[in-house]
Amino acid sequence: MTARSVAMTIDQVAVRFGGLVAISDMSFTVGEGEIVSLIGPNGAGKTTAFNVMTGFLTPSAGRVTYQGTTLTGLKPHEIADLGLIRTFQRTSVFPNDTVYDNLLIGLHRQGRVRLLDAILGLSGARASERRLRQKASELIEWVGLERRGHDAAGSLSYGEQRLVGVALALAAEPSMLLLDEPVSGMNASETHRFVELIRSVRDRGITILLVEHDMPMVMTVSDRIVVLNYGRIIAEGTPEMIRNDPAVIEAYLGHGAARA
Amino acid sequence: MRTVITILAVAVLASVPLWLRDPYLLNALITTGIFVIGAMSLNLLLGFTGQLSLGHIAFFGIGAYVSALTSLGFDVGLPGDVRLVHTPWPPIAGLLLAIIVAGLCGYFVGLLSFRVRGAYFVIVTISFAEVVRLVALNWVELTQGPLALTNIPSIALPLPGFGELTLRTKMQNYYLVLVVALIAYLLIARLVHSHFGRAMRGLMENETLAVSVGIDVTRTLTLAAVISAAIAGAAGSLYAHYIRIIDPEVFAFINTVTMVIMVISGGKGSLAGPVVGGLIFGLLPVALRPVMAPEAQWIAYGGVLMAILFVLPRGIVPSLALRFARRRSGASALAPVALTETGAKEPA
Ligand SMILES: Nc1ncnc2c1ncn2[C@@H]1O[C@H](COP(=O)(O)OP(=O)(O)OP(=O)(O)O)[C@@H](O)[C@H]1O
Ligand SMILES: [Mg+2]
Repeated sequence: MTARSVAMTIDQVAVRFGGLVAISDMSFTVGEGEIVSLIGPNGAGKTTAFNVMTGFLTPSAGRVTYQGTTLTGLKPHEIADLGLIRTFQRTSVFPNDTVYDNLLIGLHRQGRVRLLDAILGLSGARASERRLRQKASELIEWVGLERRGHDAAGSLSYGEQRLVGVALALAAEPSMLLLDEPVSGMNASETHRFVELIRSVRDRGITILLVEHDMPMVMTVSDRIVVLNYGRIIAEGTPEMIRNDPAVIEAYLGHGAARA
Repeated sequence: MRTVITILAVAVLASVPLWLRDPYLLNALITTGIFVIGAMSLNLLLGFTGQLSLGHIAFFGIGAYVSALTSLGFDVGLPGDVRLVHTPWPPIAGLLLAIIVAGLCGYFVGLLSFRVRGAYFVIVTISFAEVVRLVALNWVELTQGPLALTNIPSIALPLPGFGELTLRTKMQNYYLVLVVALIAYLLIARLVHSHFGRAMRGLMENETLAVSVGIDVTRTLTLAAVISAAIAGAAGSLYAHYIRIIDPEVFAFINTVTMVIMVISGGKGSLAGPVVGGLIFGLLPVALRPVMAPEAQWIAYGGVLMAILFVLPRGIVPSLALRFARRRSGASALAPVALTETGAKEPA
């Protein structure tokens, strides 16, 4: 990671919900083309951090910059336009549309044509439609949902809906992808396939920030791991360093013991 | 299949004046057609973006007044001893101005209300319609107030090389309304099947997800409002030049309700829905008038609406399409419209 240029900088971000401090003084960077994981026990503030980075939440202090642009004050769709695209922890699809139409909606950023061209059905607009349909089919194939393409997304299994969610995010042409617990609800073989998918996404040059509870998966895919506990970063480093970090073991064991 | 039905329906509608000679019925069809155009425009908002415009008649009425005043001319005093004088223009210019002015009003109403959605839009549109009604009622110098604008000229189509064709007969006006309705239908169909229509549907189904893939809520909804209002304005203009008299009662709330009933009964979010619902509820009063007292007519009207929604809860067109699809693919197949509520919202 030494020679990499920085894609995203999180600089002293804090989030308070009334009296509750969800994130305090969080600072880290993600390099271009890197896979970084953000881990931590339930309620550590991971999803809250995602919401700040993608404009769904305004931080109480600090700021996030992405490729030189300060994100403070930008709306979610404006941040998406910078190529910063997220998925959601809870399944999130367009339930009444087919999987294929879901992806067509997801391709919004690539399908912009002038309103008049679209209404008059001019050749530019029609060519753009054909290109979008082609891309939607490719994405469906890529996540392995060919046979479900014409089913309503809301009728798919939980694991399949998660795949639709990721395909939707990819359809939005990310330069950086934020994945919030993408493999929760997937079985072992689906998870294995998913790891391959993530690697191939990275190989296309897309930066990835991953939130995940599945430790074996996090350890295999990550270049670097950032550990959060009660809204604070308690460790940061390579998978090996994190595996042996006493503070991390304490946080997880302590958490496990408290739950038991 | 769908195209066959559409072409058949258009052919039947186009043939009506050839065999229907009763001027009373033809008149009912023309006014119904004008309201169907209004209902189609309402459906663009209600059915494809989920936004309920309960003041939709305002855009219709503004179209009617703009078109009427453009073709009648006016001479009004403004504050500071300025007089605004307008000499009459051809009605066709009135139609164009009606579309533009109504569209602009849609833009401002959208701008005002789409930052906060849901009930807010409903309230802004209702208030807007009421304000416009009060202006039409009280700015007597411009609108004649309750005395109404009268002698509005009929639409005249410029025929290059032949002069003009003034549409005076019922048959001519019937075809004018049919053509405008077809244009509005095709425009809406193109729009909802385009990139913009998908953005609208995405917002309606799962707004959080839609914005996360880059869809601009305010812009998309405002665009829908502008086009919807512009089409309603065109309908209003047709109304003014056909009826040839217009008063502030055009802004009455009941007229919006009529359009909402047309959309809901026919099926919101379906292109043909407002046409089917519109024809039924536009012509129902004509069918009831000879057989019932006026009070009983309203009760029957409500009864028909409830019966339709009880038997076909999604509205006539979507419910029938669903049944047809089920029968075709056997009872085992899943409904094309899943009822699962997975549009989860992340904390924001
Ligand atoms: N909108 C909100 N209003 C109030 N409190 C919130 C809100 N969103 C999150 N919180 C609180 O902030 C803290 C961090 O929540 P967050 O969802 O970020 O955790 P997480 O690390 O994603 O946990 P999990 O692993 O369970 O998804 C929690 O205590 C949560 O209850
Ligand atoms: Mg979370």
